Amino acid sequence: MSPDAVATAAGQCPSGVVGRAVERADGRSKLAGKAEFTADIRVPGMLYGAVARSPVAHARLLAIDTSAAENVDGVAAVLTGADLSDLDPYYGHALRDRPIVAIDRVRFVGEPVAVIAATTQAAADLAVTRVDVDYGVLPIAASLEAALDPGAPLIHTEPTRPGSAHGLGRLPDREANICYRYAIERGDLERTFGAAAVVVTGEYSFPAVYQYAMETHTTIADHQGDEIILWSACQHPFLVRQEITELFGLPLDRVRVIVPFLGGGFGSKSYTKMEPIAAAISRKAGRPVRILNRVDESMVTTRRHNMTCRMRTAAAADGTLLGRAVELWLDTGAYADNGPRVTATAGDAAPGPYRWSAVAVDARCVYTNTGPAGSYRAFGATHLQWVGESQVDEVARRLSMDPVDIRRKNLLRPGEEVRPGGKPLDADLVGDVEKAAAAVGWDQPRTEGRGRGVSVGLLAAGAHPVSTATVRMGADGGVAVLVGTTEMGQGARTVMAQIAADVLRAPVDRVLVRGTDTRYTPYDRSTGASRSTTVAGKAVQRAAQEVLDALTETASMVLEAPPSMLRLEEGAIASGSRSVTHQDLVRARFGFAGGELVGQGRVQPEAGTGSYAEGPVFWEVCVAGAEVEVDKDTGVVRVLRTSSVADVGKAINPQLVIRQDEGGTLQGIGNALFEEMRYTADGILLNDTLLDYRVPSFEDMPAVMSCTIVENGDGPGPFGAKGCGEGVLAAIPAAIVNALADAGVPMTTLPLTPERVWRRIQELKQATTEAGE
Amino acid sequence: MTEHISSVINGSPFEGMVSANELLLDFLREELGLTGVKQSCEVEVCGTCTVLVDGAPVSSCCFLACDIDGRRVETIEGLAGTAFHQIAVEAFMRHAAVQCGFCSAGMILTAKALADRGLDPSRAEISRAMSGNLCRCTGYHSILEAVTDILKVSREGAPS
Repeated sequence: MSPDAVATAAGQCPSGVVGRAVERADGRSKLAGKAEFTADIRVPGMLYGAVARSPVAHARLLAIDTSAAENVDGVAAVLTGADLSDLDPYYGHALRDRPIVAIDRVRFVGEPVAVIAATTQAAADLAVTRVDVDYGVLPIAASLEAALDPGAPLIHTEPTRPGSAHGLGRLPDREANICYRYAIERGDLERTFGAAAVVVTGEYSFPAVYQYAMETHTTIADHQGDEIILWSACQHPFLVRQEITELFGLPLDRVRVIVPFLGGGFGSKSYTKMEPIAAAISRKAGRPVRILNRVDESMVTTRRHNMTCRMRTAAAADGTLLGRAVELWLDTGAYADNGPRVTATAGDAAPGPYRWSAVAVDARCVYTNTGPAGSYRAFGATHLQWVGESQVDEVARRLSMDPVDIRRKNLLRPGEEVRPGGKPLDADLVGDVEKAAAAVGWDQPRTEGRGRGVSVGLLAAGAHPVSTATVRMGADGGVAVLVGTTEMGQGARTVMAQIAADVLRAPVDRVLVRGTDTRYTPYDRSTGASRSTTVAGKAVQRAAQEVLDALTETASMVLEAPPSMLRLEEGAIASGSRSVTHQDLVRARFGFAGGELVGQGRVQPEAGTGSYAEGPVFWEVCVAGAEVEVDKDTGVVRVLRTSSVADVGKAINPQLVIRQDEGGTLQGIGNALFEEMRYTADGILLNDTLLDYRVPSFEDMPAVMSCTIVENGDGPGPFGAKGCGEGVLAAIPAAIVNALADAGVPMTTLPLTPERVWRRIQELKQATTEAGE
Repeated sequence: MTEHISSVINGSPFEGMVSANELLLDFLREELGLTGVKQSCEVEVCGTCTVLVDGAPVSSCCFLACDIDGRRVETIEGLAGTAFHQIAVEAFMRHAAVQCGFCSAGMILTAKALADRGLDPSRAEISRAMSGNLCRCTGYHSILEAVTDILKVSREGAPS
């Protein structure tokens, strides 16, 4: 199958704008190097910032001497924790556990201890080396094992303070270094396991991973009097605004966040990152200041959680899955960031999309003395899917069943309960996994040294369903869409334009979608959790409908025909043989060559308390297949072909959907095969540059990467759409692990480096030899 | 310490002083405002800061500004408007090979150097030649398709 092959069940939309590979609105300016990213902006009077960071993982701050730094030519201001005494300087949308800069203690290597603003970057960088800090070193717990030891140093000792956007109901108290715990218990586990014919047990480990958005975290802050303006590469500008107002004691409308194009996000720019530091140093300097991270700084700004997991799966002799018990520990680093949400999502993903008699999940989020971990595409699901799916395959192997058959037998069907009180399943998983298997040649003969695998999972998607949007039609018929979704490469601006154009039957190139400016753009919770098309897109659809209603009302008068006799044409409304353009309708409504039609659209929780724990908005499908080849002499694993299934309800722009899956596939290959942040026992990150932290390149692309789009119209978004782009990243590593096991090498530790795989092959050989003796 | 340089940047002569330790990346972005050149890894791995020096792709993050003395430099701004750029843009748009766009200029400049060699490389050879340019969004497939088209059109002078 060619990579662009698209299997569609639903028909094309009548306008032809939705469902078509409309050209990206921002493509040409990006290809000319003209698209503006945050680091390209020069604010008049702007200073250059640099951050002095702790070289030790856990210490008391005994004294900071900044006098030498202040004396460097060009330095305008130096900020330390002492400058924050008039503020409540702790932030964190989940837990307010993190000071803007270290106040009395540092908790990870790389934690900011001082910030410089200077007239040149070189001066700021030099001044950083002149900040003299006296550290009183404390015992270090830089791994899950160390932090969970009964004698471990406590990384936080103050009472827990919930943040304002965690969406997790009542937060439990911290237990030692465990900052959040999420549990699921259903059915009688003991009896279920007692009755099983097969029980698979294992301990698994998943590494810390760096998201590597090519544009590092970049923010310009301008603190003027009682107002803060931020230009920031952030995914969630409205949540950043909220945290900045809380930190600096300002009303919401006195903090303005402007979002240029993002050079990738993948979760690394979700929630608040470098904005508090930038705002604080600007406040001190009295001038705008830019903070531009280096890669090594972004690596300690946020990362993916490493994880240890113990799982047991029980099955009957006929392959019926009976029970699953899961304990998992996620390393959130020194500050919670999005760790609690990642933990809850991991807990939800742990059972997998099967019909269980009994399930127990205990997921813990653990502080350690390492850089904070937060969101990365398909968090939680990526952590758990390869674990659960490798156990399903192991059950199948022991019962001599086909991996697709065992899934066909046990997968949830549409409408079945996924978790108590949550949304029932809204996708056809059996159909999806059959497509993924077929696309990697499931029924073709097996070759020695090669294996095939599939994987299925669900990701609680959509986050909190609050989005608003405005659609404006000017007196020339042109349309402007104001929506708070961040364009970070996924094509959100193009999709929003398509949705508005489709509703209005406006030419899509007359619909303009610009970046967010929180002063003018209506509220949107966030850009993440695959929610933009589904939730913000629904708000855009409703806003466009309001404009259309006004156009229709005017057309009915102008054409002297009831609304039921009107039909929409491109850029016009017609009745019989007469047609009036949008431009003429706007002018007719206002009686002169001016005026503007403005529509508002809103999405909010339909019922319940508004906590998105009751959701999710939809279940994102995580389905993939893979074929791999393993060199048993070297342990090198090569991914030969992959398949993914984008079960999107309705593809607003099929080409953008496929690009999401292709990009996610390569990230999945990186996560599965070689990406791993490595720390020493005292918390030093060993591979903090791209020289030794390798991400996938052209040459890691599989020869065949197929993406099948499934359109069953079963999503809650516009035209039956639901989100995509994350599920593939959860599904690909799991499919690769299963394919490698099919080739004879079952693995329980990622990434699948040649050394690990080779050692496992030797273990297996030895076990076979011993068994034969 | 400063050094005098004389070079041709995007077709225009440039004469002036640069700091002896100034990187070409910073010189182009900060002094000349050529912000189409992007900064990312700073260790010559990602290729997003790629510019052409005498037609050869270099990572401007690891190249001294003073070393452009007597040489020609082309950035994406200089390429824009040329026939090659038009071919590249149409190919990238046709294959939707641009997403966040942070890597795109570097990709096009590396493709330009490849096209200038006038060869007919295999897909594996194109992947090898492009492997110094990273992209975290696309998964590379669409860029490979676009570059394949660019080379074909550049060679044969007709759209595929």
